[in-house]
Amino acid sequence: MTSNNWAIEVIGLKKSYKNVEVLRGVDFTVQKGSTFALLGSNGAGKTTMIKILATLLQPDNGSAKINGADVTKQPEQVRKEISLTGQSVTADYILTGRENLRMMAKLRHLPDPDKQAEELLRRFDLLDAADRRISTYSGGMCRRLDLAMSLLGNPSVIFLDEPTTGLDPQARLAMWDMIKDLARSGVTVFLTTQYLEEADHLADQIAILHEGHIVANGSPAELKNRLPKGHIELRFDNETTLNQAQDLLKEFNATADSNNLTLSVITDGSTRQMMRLLTKAAEADIEIAEFAQKLPSLEDVFLAIVTSKKEDSR
Amino acid sequence: MKFIHFLGDTAVMSGRVIRHSTRSIDTIITVIAMPIMIMLLFVYIFGGAMNTGDVSYINYIVPGILLFCIASGVAYSSLRINNDLTKGIFERFHSMPIAKASILGGHVVASLVFNIISLLAIFLVAFGMGFRPKADVLGWVLASGILLLSVLAFTWIAVTFGLLAKSFEGAGVFSYILMLLLFVSSAFAPTDSMPSAIRVFAEYQPMTPLIESIRSLLLGGTADKTTLVAVLWSLAILAFFWASAMRVYKRRMK
Repeated sequence: MTSNNWAIEVIGLKKSYKNVEVLRGVDFTVQKGSTFALLGSNGAGKTTMIKILATLLQPDNGSAKINGADVTKQPEQVRKEISLTGQSVTADYILTGRENLRMMAKLRHLPDPDKQAEELLRRFDLLDAADRRISTYSGGMCRRLDLAMSLLGNPSVIFLDEPTTGLDPQARLAMWDMIKDLARSGVTVFLTTQYLEEADHLADQIAILHEGHIVANGSPAELKNRLPKGHIELRFDNETTLNQAQDLLKEFNATADSNNLTLSVITDGSTRQMMRLLTKAAEADIEIAEFAQKLPSLEDVFLAIVTSKKEDSR
Repeated sequence: MKFIHFLGDTAVMSGRVIRHSTRSIDTIITVIAMPIMIMLLFVYIFGGAMNTGDVSYINYIVPGILLFCIASGVAYSSLRINNDLTKGIFERFHSMPIAKASILGGHVVASLVFNIISLLAIFLVAFGMGFRPKADVLGWVLASGILLLSVLAFTWIAVTFGLLAKSFEGAGVFSYILMLLLFVSSAFAPTDSMPSAIRVFAEYQPMTPLIESIRSLLLGGTADKTTLVAVLWSLAILAFFWASAMRVYKRRMK
């Protein structure tokens, strides 16, 4: 694949603040038109990464290119290609929604700012609130406007820094739909998130940033493959039964939690194994109060990868 | 092309900040009504007890009120700049293909526009209260020039403090220092009656030449050494705070 297919190309990127190394050599590429999620816990350096890509911060070392343009050497070129929606809403609260959009359209030197504003207000379902000040908007509406402001001038790479942080579940789902719509329109979406579920739901490619390095990078399916296949959880009425069950199910690597009276058993996800386990319990006359199958979450992927990295380095 | 973009971007940016001012009742009250109240208070309450020689007290006090108006008006620039900085709006602008200088430039132009409006309002009320300047055209041009230079110089002080302040509350504190300097100058009372240490300070701090030169020009005087000192002071303040603001801006936008 030639480098022309990369919307974002990051090589050996390093950045420290005073004595803290936030990024310690980050490499990844993002294909044009795809949705990429950078996943990491709070303080992992996600915002630093996005700021470097959006030309707001200078890296100490390494390079980053947006559609082939270097973020440090050709920042003007990069700014024409991108838009940034920050972690907090950065619309102007004293202006109305329409005025905010019109201002952004003028700053992008677009023809007919009024029409551009009107179109986006309609697309993001904000026409009714168009002439109200942003200070009267709900959190979800603010985010929608923020995103609309980012789309003016048709940027080809869109950066979203934790786009759903602080939203209620309904607004979050609405935001997910909008991000998916964006992705369908052919732009490259780069988003950061702390929620594995969100990355799983939205992204074609997920990279996990941990302690300044990318510790995993691949499609959601690939990442899920790198992990034990989830587990089942059995709950019992009393500790005696729990202990009996633990003895009986030794071969399944069962781990007991006496506080919750639960036993969790790692499985390969096959029904054959589950049947064997349940039959064994039934034959020994052990009463199972509750049975739950826990599917592997990306949380598990994250923990598994981080733990295995630690073991590797020992 | 680049310069036209800069002008266009600055127009958009200053339009935004001017809307902030016109939509905030407390800005209008603080910036225009407050100095007028102080002028009424000083002229009608303290004025009778003031000894300003041959000059009527209203003619004496107008330059001080004008500078007081500027000192309180620029505080809003500093609050708004601090807000834009801490809320991430500057960052968003920085990620866009716009002329960088228009970001602070918009705030400065807005400050200039808003201050000119409030200065005109004060002149108007002062005329109603019996203010009778005797300046010729050149005198008016020079006095307005010094006023505008003061607006610019004070605005850049505001920009610096707005960028420096850790919080919104702290951003406007410098404005009280400017007002205090005005009280310890010849703005409201002649310096002769002050204790000698304070008098020396009052005579050598920048507010006094600014006020005395505007006063003398408006009352029909010609440009003299005080005019020159006033211009040099405002240029020096402007240059120093412009450079400081630029340095702080670069540091905070990293």
